[in-house]
Amino acid sequence: MKPDEKNHRRDFIRGAIAVLIGGATLTAARSRSPRLVWQIDPEKCTRCGRCATHCVLAPSAVKCFHSYSICGYCDLCGGYLRPDAKGRDTGAENQLCPTAAIKRTYIEDPYYQYKIDEDLCIGCGICVEGCDVFGNGSMYLQVKHDLCVNCNECAIARACPSDAFRRIPASEAYLLKSDQEKRIS
Amino acid sequence: MRKKIYRPKEVRNPFLLLSLCFLCLFVAINSYAEFRFPMPEFSTGYEHPAVHTPMPANSMVAWDAVVLIVTLALASFLVLKRRKRREIFWLTIFSVIYFGFVRNGCVCSVGSVQNIMAGISNSSYGIPITVLIFFAAPLIFALLFGRVFCSAVCPLGAIQEAVAVKPVKVPPAVDKVLSVFPFIYLGLAALSVTMDAGFIICQYDPFVGFFRMGASFSMLIFGAVMLIVGVFVARPYCRYLCPYGVLLNWCSKLSWKHAVITPSECIQCNLCAGSCPYNAINEPSADEEPESRTRGARRLGFLMLLLPVLTAAGFGVGGFLKEPLSRMHPTVRLAERVAGEELGRYETTNIESEAFRGSDQPIEELYAEAVEIKDDFQKGSRWFGAFIGLVIGSKLISVSILRKRDGYEPDKGTCYSCGRCFKYCPVKATED
Ligand code: SF4
Ligand code: SF4
Ligand code: SF4
Ligand code: SF4
Repeated sequence: MKPDEKNHRRDFIRGAIAVLIGGATLTAARSRSPRLVWQIDPEKCTRCGRCATHCVLAPSAVKCFHSYSICGYCDLCGGYLRPDAKGRDTGAENQLCPTAAIKRTYIEDPYYQYKIDEDLCIGCGICVEGCDVFGNGSMYLQVKHDLCVNCNECAIARACPSDAFRRIPASEAYLLKSDQEKRIS
Repeated sequence: MRKKIYRPKEVRNPFLLLSLCFLCLFVAINSYAEFRFPMPEFSTGYEHPAVHTPMPANSMVAWDAVVLIVTLALASFLVLKRRKRREIFWLTIFSVIYFGFVRNGCVCSVGSVQNIMAGISNSSYGIPITVLIFFAAPLIFALLFGRVFCSAVCPLGAIQEAVAVKPVKVPPAVDKVLSVFPFIYLGLAALSVTMDAGFIICQYDPFVGFFRMGASFSMLIFGAVMLIVGVFVARPYCRYLCPYGVLLNWCSKLSWKHAVITPSECIQCNLCAGSCPYNAINEPSADEEPESRTRGARRLGFLMLLLPVLTAAGFGVGGFLKEPLSRMHPTVRLAERVAGEELGRYETTNIESEAFRGSDQPIEELYAEAVEIKDDFQKGSRWFGAFIGLVIGSKLISVSILRKRDGYEPDKGTCYSCGRCFKYCPVKATED
């Protein structure tokens, strides 16, 4: 083969490969599906505690969410108070949350509001367990997307024993338990 | 690895639990079916606070793609025109810092292969444009200028390049055999993605834990071992594992312009021969033919025939890999665990099976799901086997073909364009 001919053949193969790369990229991009992000399905989550420990971020991008519209505003909150609490006050020894991230405020007799301080919450799910077992299940874990770096493979998703993580469209990035929530973004 | 999970002990206390359950039951009867406690009607006009649901932070901003292309262009310029190892190395350091520590090493081009495969196999999988660019740009650059991406842009390559201070020579035969692993890894990644069993390249990325300064203990150990090995065996991940390197290798083989050792004509002084830690410098071919043409042709013919045979054999053998490979899928693992527990093979339950038993999915359904997945794996692992057969066959052919070379030149496929060899060449560039 003459060197010239060889060069032509190389050019041809090079062109073909370029087309192949472009083709693969375009095929992959063909679906105009929205960008996907990770989120926890609260119905599947079993509050195993791995959300607090397995996220690549420390503290975890998973935080406790509180759907007020389904909360009972109980005085004896299963998510707030330890089951053996001596009194229903805000003393640390009475609180379930290891970081005291839940703020209890009196609304009117006999109702109390419980608000999660997201800066303190580590996503351990202890309150979620309490609220689910003894309350309305208005507390649950969600990936907070201002924190989450949206790993290509979510480290918690891989460790989650309940298969609770899935990819959902970024435009609707939360799986809230109640659609009556007021939301701010 | 199981982490100790903090749970209040009190909840485990059976008496307390029981009494509280009764309490709940009592309350539940008094409220309506769905919730234990009714939602109160507030007389004070209280309005509940809003839930903070921020939009996803767009961490993969288009900015990253721009930086990627600019660094690729700069790397090409340094490798092909400036030809100074020191300058290339500084760009490498920049990449570790920016793509690694600042951008947390995610998404990287190596991992983007999986997004592309997911996008091809699953039409509902959306890929951001940045990820597409991360996949395609380094390949296009490889097609033009060789593996400039590996030389100074890839954060995984860069961190290994930075620790490779005392590289020893790996015997070329060992090198050749080990170079099959990236293909196996690529095949496994493709299988895992198409079977929806997760992105294994991300799961077993040895360095992302360092970039994020946090990972599971075993992954940090793996990363540390890689780096320590990397002090002596330069770029162990790149050479013997990186699946994206397979694609770069192919593209680079056909590169339009590629890094050269000598700026003009090789005088065969042999000075550069030992300078490459990657065995990527090919020696000039000997003057006399090492064997008669007919023998060479006959062997090549034999290997050409062997290629389809190996592929078919791989296809057959792949079927036997169904069981082990299907365990990549979490559902299969769970089903096997649950089945084992049912048969009394384990003394205790594990966290996954506990979670499953807590759900209301019947065991039969889980088994059926697992069987279906295994059937898919039957097909998948056959194709995987065929692919590996094809790779081994092609490797045999490629080592048996002797090319004529007039001087020392880098192997276009495996050269990372790191620039170590440049300074060894005594020939000066001819001005023209
Ligand atoms: S890892 Fe899964 S089960 Fe455990 S707390 Fe997180 S979402 Fe829930
Ligand atoms: S108990 Fe855990 S999940 Fe609940 S608010 Fe406290 S830190 Fe967050
Ligand atoms: S995607 Fe990454 S950052 Fe987000 S929750 Fe999962 S591990 Fe944490
Ligand atoms: S071989 Fe792979 S890991 Fe190494 S520099 Fe190239 S793309 Fe990065």
